[in-house]
Amino acid sequence: MRLDPAIYRDLLLSLLPELVLTGWALVLLLFVAWRHRTARDLRIAGWLTLLALLSTAVATWWLWWNRAGVQGVVTMIAADDFRWVADWVFLGAAALTVLISFAYLQREQLLVPEYYVLLIFGTLGMMVMAAGADLMVIFLGLELMSVAVYVLAGIDRRRARSAEAALKYFLLGAFASGFLLYGIALVYGATGSTNLGLIGTQVGLMGRPSVMLLAGLALLIVGFAFKIAAVPFHMWAPDVYDGSPTPVTAFMATGVKAAAFAALFRVLNQAFAPVAAWHDILWWLAAVTMIGGNLFALGQRSLKRMLAYSSVAHAGYLLVAVTAGGAAGTSAFLVYVIAYTLMSLGAFAVLTAKGRAGESEVMIDDLAGLASQRPWLAFALAVCMLSLLGFPGTAGFIGKWYILIAATSAGKNTLAAILVITSVVSAGYYLPVIMAMYMKPQPVEHAHVDATLDRWGRAAVAVVVVGLLLFGVWPNRLFDLARSAGNSVQPAATTAANPP
Amino acid sequence: MYARWVLTALLAWPLLAGLAVLLVPARLAKYVALIASVIEFAISVPLWWTFAPAGGMQFVTDQPWIAAWGIHFTVGLDGISLFLVLLTTFLMPLSILGSWSYITKRETGFYTLLLVLTTGMIGVFVALDLFLFYVMWEVMLIPMYFIIGVWGGDNRLYAAIKFFIYTFFGSLLMLVAILVLYLHAGQATGVYSFSYAHLLSQVASLGSTAWWLFGAFFLAFAIKVPMFPLHTWLPDAHVEAPTAGSVILAAILLKMGTYGFLRFALPFFPAVALNQNVQLVIVILSLIGIIYGGLVAMVQPDFKKLIAYSSVAHLGFVMLGIWALTLQSVQGALLIMINHGISTGALFFLAGMIYERRHTRLIEAYGGIARVVPLFAAILTIVSLSSIALPGTNGFVGEFLVLLGSFRTYPIATALATTGVIVAAAYLLTALQRVIYNPLQNPENEKLPDLTPRELVVLIPLLVCILWVGIYPKPFLQRMEPAARALIEQMKPSAAPTAGQP
Repeated sequence: MRLDPAIYRDLLLSLLPELVLTGWALVLLLFVAWRHRTARDLRIAGWLTLLALLSTAVATWWLWWNRAGVQGVVTMIAADDFRWVADWVFLGAAALTVLISFAYLQREQLLVPEYYVLLIFGTLGMMVMAAGADLMVIFLGLELMSVAVYVLAGIDRRRARSAEAALKYFLLGAFASGFLLYGIALVYGATGSTNLGLIGTQVGLMGRPSVMLLAGLALLIVGFAFKIAAVPFHMWAPDVYDGSPTPVTAFMATGVKAAAFAALFRVLNQAFAPVAAWHDILWWLAAVTMIGGNLFALGQRSLKRMLAYSSVAHAGYLLVAVTAGGAAGTSAFLVYVIAYTLMSLGAFAVLTAKGRAGESEVMIDDLAGLASQRPWLAFALAVCMLSLLGFPGTAGFIGKWYILIAATSAGKNTLAAILVITSVVSAGYYLPVIMAMYMKPQPVEHAHVDATLDRWGRAAVAVVVVGLLLFGVWPNRLFDLARSAGNSVQPAATTAANPP
Repeated sequence: MYARWVLTALLAWPLLAGLAVLLVPARLAKYVALIASVIEFAISVPLWWTFAPAGGMQFVTDQPWIAAWGIHFTVGLDGISLFLVLLTTFLMPLSILGSWSYITKRETGFYTLLLVLTTGMIGVFVALDLFLFYVMWEVMLIPMYFIIGVWGGDNRLYAAIKFFIYTFFGSLLMLVAILVLYLHAGQATGVYSFSYAHLLSQVASLGSTAWWLFGAFFLAFAIKVPMFPLHTWLPDAHVEAPTAGSVILAAILLKMGTYGFLRFALPFFPAVALNQNVQLVIVILSLIGIIYGGLVAMVQPDFKKLIAYSSVAHLGFVMLGIWALTLQSVQGALLIMINHGISTGALFFLAGMIYERRHTRLIEAYGGIARVVPLFAAILTIVSLSSIALPGTNGFVGEFLVLLGSFRTYPIATALATTGVIVAAAYLLTALQRVIYNPLQNPENEKLPDLTPRELVVLIPLLVCILWVGIYPKPFLQRMEPAARALIEQMKPSAAPTAGQP
């Protein structure tokens, strides 16, 4: 189905998923204006949110099924497989977040149904970012997402940690947005356009990129690096992840990161493909992020902070996919980000079962003996840890393998070697979790009596575990999807080159 | 028919059985596991007869798995892997029976992991697709990690993580090397595949990259063997692991390293492996392993640690035999791989049995127990003699072949290695004397019960193998010879090995 953005109907069609989600967000906003007092209202809002996410996913699926596309025309909105797959990642992350939020919000007495509205707006922002074929649209999506997540981080307003997280995130996020905007301005100055396709053409004609363009590009990268928490722009991440309510942390660590990466991919591949400079910058960024993230994570005693630093490390792995570039790198990114979303959300979901009041107090050693009392919970967390470690049989391994293939086929052997060596380092902090759960005795009798998930939390964890193991053993369909998505985001000239 | 499904069945059956163990009540777990492992052994036994020595790769199954990357489920057997597979299936029922009374907590988990481990080990030996090989190589890591970490001794956490990190580090570098090989072959031919034969056909054009790749493979396998100075994880893991864990670790897991050299590192990178300096380094490291391992074993107060260091020495012989690359030495190395599995496995079983009675592994805690437990003493003596390589036992045939074969290539090194045999006698006979002879001084040892029928069932098959290989090794050598010959011809196409058995 070929969409012509000049026709009003087609324009609306190409925005169908976003429009559906916006509609639901408004419905939900109206609903919570009247019903926002009891736990039951909160649950209904949650269910409506799931319905909203599901119907949006169906709308996206419909466009994907009909092969909707606007390629070849200068537009502000892209419609390609990359966007649909990215949308599914965001929607999936949001849906799993909703599932683990039911019990959490009630337990922590966070009876604010606006939580779900913000979640939807955040997801909407991510979808706009992935869809943006114009720097302004991407910026719009970024702000929509960020503002929603700033509020979500501070939604537990009775706790100082949560407020601190929100403030820190807001200040540094605003700073990052400033960088990004300034970068966009400079790029506009150098090329006369904010459209990715037009910038790409201009840059191609330019031959040697001008200083203004390079400065703009550098600022863009800095802006994105803040959002994905790459070293050395990661300082906010541990505190913010630690202070936010755990479901929000899960959402931030997966959805927000995936969205920033999706936009980064599109910008670099479509607008700056001919500029060689960003390869070097990202090479170093990836190397430093992998090394830094893994080393910092080694020193953590708190499970939540460890997961926060581990998400920095995983940003490094994803950056390797960006650096590898091309269709293979993009496909690898999508596969990895799907695996990462699952395993990270799974780990945070188990954490909500164990933790009380913010979870930052749950030390890794507090899990001692979990396996003997809560075998399924321990099993789920063990699968997530092994997947994060990149162990064969799990989706994390398949994702890492894909990134390694992309990196080595792009000639980045050193980066591939750094990736595997830092993966070994990561065993130093993922394994202690498994060791605590399985190999250490409980500190006191019945230490884990209250470590339970409600049935929706269990459903989320089950989805995660099944997904991780399934994709770990049989990733064929996932690959087909990722490959077609990876090819779709390339400039026409390089589409052919997607080796295995 | 049998040839088509046997390897797949050997891989799938333990997993299904593991699932069954999870489902039955905990007190039945060991029975189900034992029956499953006996069936597994029964499935594998006809391999011995149906295997055609000159037939190259046999029992091959090839199914597409992850089409996008050209990954296939390809398995097959040749004269090198046949015995390792049989050794695995042979030792599993014994290990389960040997854990019968040793494992008292979380039995379901233990026996499930043992069965999963079986799949991983067999998978390593039969995989003919490098992706499959890598997956299997890693898959066996997790069960072993848990077996050491959950059911191990006092210092088990340290031993478990050390074992994991060492192996994981080596294998991840190998992963990168596999990827580079894959891309190299893909770019050269346009066919992207992890098939062993396909990658092997393209290694000639690697050039200097081969050095890096060899290094990565070498590290992964040398850690596993373990070669000096990468052996430090071994004593910890061996000592802390429960009996079945030690047995499997020594008998099978270490062989994965030497198997890796024979199957991958040597044929893939002949130019590097045959380089004089590389050979010199590896032979020296093997020698250090033989002599240093023996000397350190001599001063160990802990019986299990003594056996662990003796493994370092035995595997040094294997490495020497492999690197000497004559028909006798390679056959000898293959035979030591099996012998070490049988003899050291038996030693660990015996150590575990006496530990169950006295709850100490210290040699000095015993002494003079030959009078109290005569059966135990007799079997320990026979097994120790086989480990020392006394003529008439299996150990002699293997070490003799290695020394004979290596002497042609490395006379000086072989002469030095021969002292390793003497050192072995020194540490094992001393230990033997201190444990079962000497005067009986410790009153606690006066009431030790002798071996039970169950323990005899574990040990007698091993004794039979010790004598069988020692007296009539021909069926083994016959099945190994064509594979060993093929390997040498592949490595040195110019100098075909001289025929004939010793």
